[in-house]
Amino acid sequence: MTIAAKFEIEYLQYLDAEGKQVRKDLPEFAKDLDHMVELYKLMLSTRVFDAKSIALQRTGKLGTYASCLGHEAAHVGIGSAMKPEDVLAPSYREYGAQLYRGVQPREVYMYWGGDERGNDYQKEPARHDFAWSVPIATQCLHAAGSALAFKIRGEKRVAVATIGDGGSSKGDFYGAINMAGARELPLVIAIVNNQWAISVPRKIQSGAQTLAQKGIAAGLYSIQVDGNDIIAVRKAMEDALERARSGQGGSVLELVTYRLGDHTTADDARRYRGKDEVDEAWAKEPMKRLRNWLVAKKVWDDAKEEAWKAECDDWMDNEVNAYLETKTQPVTAMFDYTFAELPADLAKQRDAVLANENKAH
Amino acid sequence: MAQITLIEAVTQALAYEMKHDDSVVVLGEDVGVNGGVFRATQGLQEKFGEWRVIDTPLDEMTIAGVTVGMAVQGMKPVAEAQFEGFIYPMMEHIACHAARMRNRTRGRLTVPAVWRAPWGGGIRAPEHHSEANEHLFTNIPGLRVVLPSSPARAYGLLLAAIRDPDPVIFFEPKRIYRQYKEEVPDDGEALPLDVCFVLRDGTDVTIVSWGAQVKEALEAADALAAEGISAEVIDVATLTPLDFDTIAESVAKTGRCVIVHEAPKTAGFGAEIAARVAEECLYDLLAPVERVTGPDTHIPLFRLEMKYLPSAERVVDAAKRTLAAS
Repeated sequence: MTIAAKFEIEYLQYLDAEGKQVRKDLPEFAKDLDHMVELYKLMLSTRVFDAKSIALQRTGKLGTYASCLGHEAAHVGIGSAMKPEDVLAPSYREYGAQLYRGVQPREVYMYWGGDERGNDYQKEPARHDFAWSVPIATQCLHAAGSALAFKIRGEKRVAVATIGDGGSSKGDFYGAINMAGARELPLVIAIVNNQWAISVPRKIQSGAQTLAQKGIAAGLYSIQVDGNDIIAVRKAMEDALERARSGQGGSVLELVTYRLGDHTTADDARRYRGKDEVDEAWAKEPMKRLRNWLVAKKVWDDAKEEAWKAECDDWMDNEVNAYLETKTQPVTAMFDYTFAELPADLAKQRDAVLANENKAH
Repeated sequence: MAQITLIEAVTQALAYEMKHDDSVVVLGEDVGVNGGVFRATQGLQEKFGEWRVIDTPLDEMTIAGVTVGMAVQGMKPVAEAQFEGFIYPMMEHIACHAARMRNRTRGRLTVPAVWRAPWGGGIRAPEHHSEANEHLFTNIPGLRVVLPSSPARAYGLLLAAIRDPDPVIFFEPKRIYRQYKEEVPDDGEALPLDVCFVLRDGTDVTIVSWGAQVKEALEAADALAAEGISAEVIDVATLTPLDFDTIAESVAKTGRCVIVHEAPKTAGFGAEIAARVAEECLYDLLAPVERVTGPDTHIPLFRLEMKYLPSAERVVDAAKRTLAAS
């Protein structure tokens, strides 16, 4: 038999579910325990933020919200590995990455609270990132286009797109990795494989043994990572970003995690998955292992945990208040960002809507 | 000064803008060495290199999505859909992202991109190479839909489309790509978007059209003139945002309106113009509005396609009906 080509997919993990280190060769960033504490704190604040969002939705103060419970290591790992000048093109769940890059919780609340201004991120580097894409996987091609622009202009920047396991079934994902491979684009696509695309499980999305191997078909560096282990996620992201920045082309990372919550607040996951499976996933969730590891290194303890949680609560309360105090936009706002300049024909419709509004009051 | 065809005017506009603005890039299938299947990008890769005239993988969705991404990063991509019949996989990126990026980010991110596509029937092309589907785009907010009808307007409107800070669909009437030549100075002068062009003044009937059908509209006006009927001919050029004032002014003068387009009749863009005439010009009308369009069928394969496309004769008949009515 003649073999035309042969491939393999590496699986990367540093911390097991209990926080026991399974490999000795810790990456440089992980030797800086202060930094690891910072990452843990951001994961925890992401979880506090998420719980606050759900509470807001349940009390009628937010529209539909997509929870990120269980994805904290994947999301913070992605965000913390990127450089400010890089560009993130996320789906609608990657808050941990976005908060790291300067998106404010009040902006997330505004968006899910029915106000487009939530996508007008005020702080860099988030200000030059894409707003999350709601149509699945389309952001992969926007990231590929960004990467192409960087390459044409000779900028040492990388475009990062995040999608779910379901997203890796879409043509947009395949188109993006195909383009990235053909043109050696500085593109990194992180598939946050949380096992569920609303009610459809991973095995129904694809017959591929791993989702990472889809990248191999496109000629990209591809790796599967324990997505609940932030050291592994961060390391894999750093490697992929470095490859892209130094002109070695794009990557596909499959971050294996679990969606511990419902798809959104409009979903009820009990309809399609059993409690046993969810309990098993909770045993592998990302916070516990990092906490155990940090506690064993004597840089974290219960008192610090409680103090940081209280700080996060205050932060989120402040953000919630800022959100709740935001006045609704004037009715004319629906016209004012349709084009750079309001066309005359549209101005007539705007005037009519405004006249109707004034009559109503 | 050289006389050029409509397709040469497209090339001339692309070359001019690429020379004067480094952020302009062209991408699509076969746009590079081959210069495009209609030769719209002929010679551009030689001049500007393979990273500004980019042959893409054969996937329309990829072209459209990559175009959005490049534009958000401040480039001015001009994407080519090889034929309008292949533009459907691009539509999600055009409708859900390009056209609403500015709105959904409150102006933080924008998409100054152009999608060019050869458009319409009449060249004996295979299936899916002859559609007129502009009406599928005119209902998308935040998007400009532009159709030139002459070499000079192709040059001037394409320059304007590339310079426009918002996304533009630029449909090129391929039936008249090489039909005639005219002088088009390569002076970088853009024509205005969002305005209709009155191509011929008249007093008895207003003929409104766009794209390749403007030719039939003008021929009909000639035929009508021979019979002593004075027809005003308007090239809409930018369908959306619509310059209805120019049409209304003309209908107020003539009292009669004939709308000509090759797309299917029902919910074609002619329906919008007819509705606007009814809303805003009803008391000026001396006769019911007439529409001369393709029927609500698929454009037939080429043995029958010329019977599908509106002819000058049908336009003349429609104009005469409006005159007979009053």
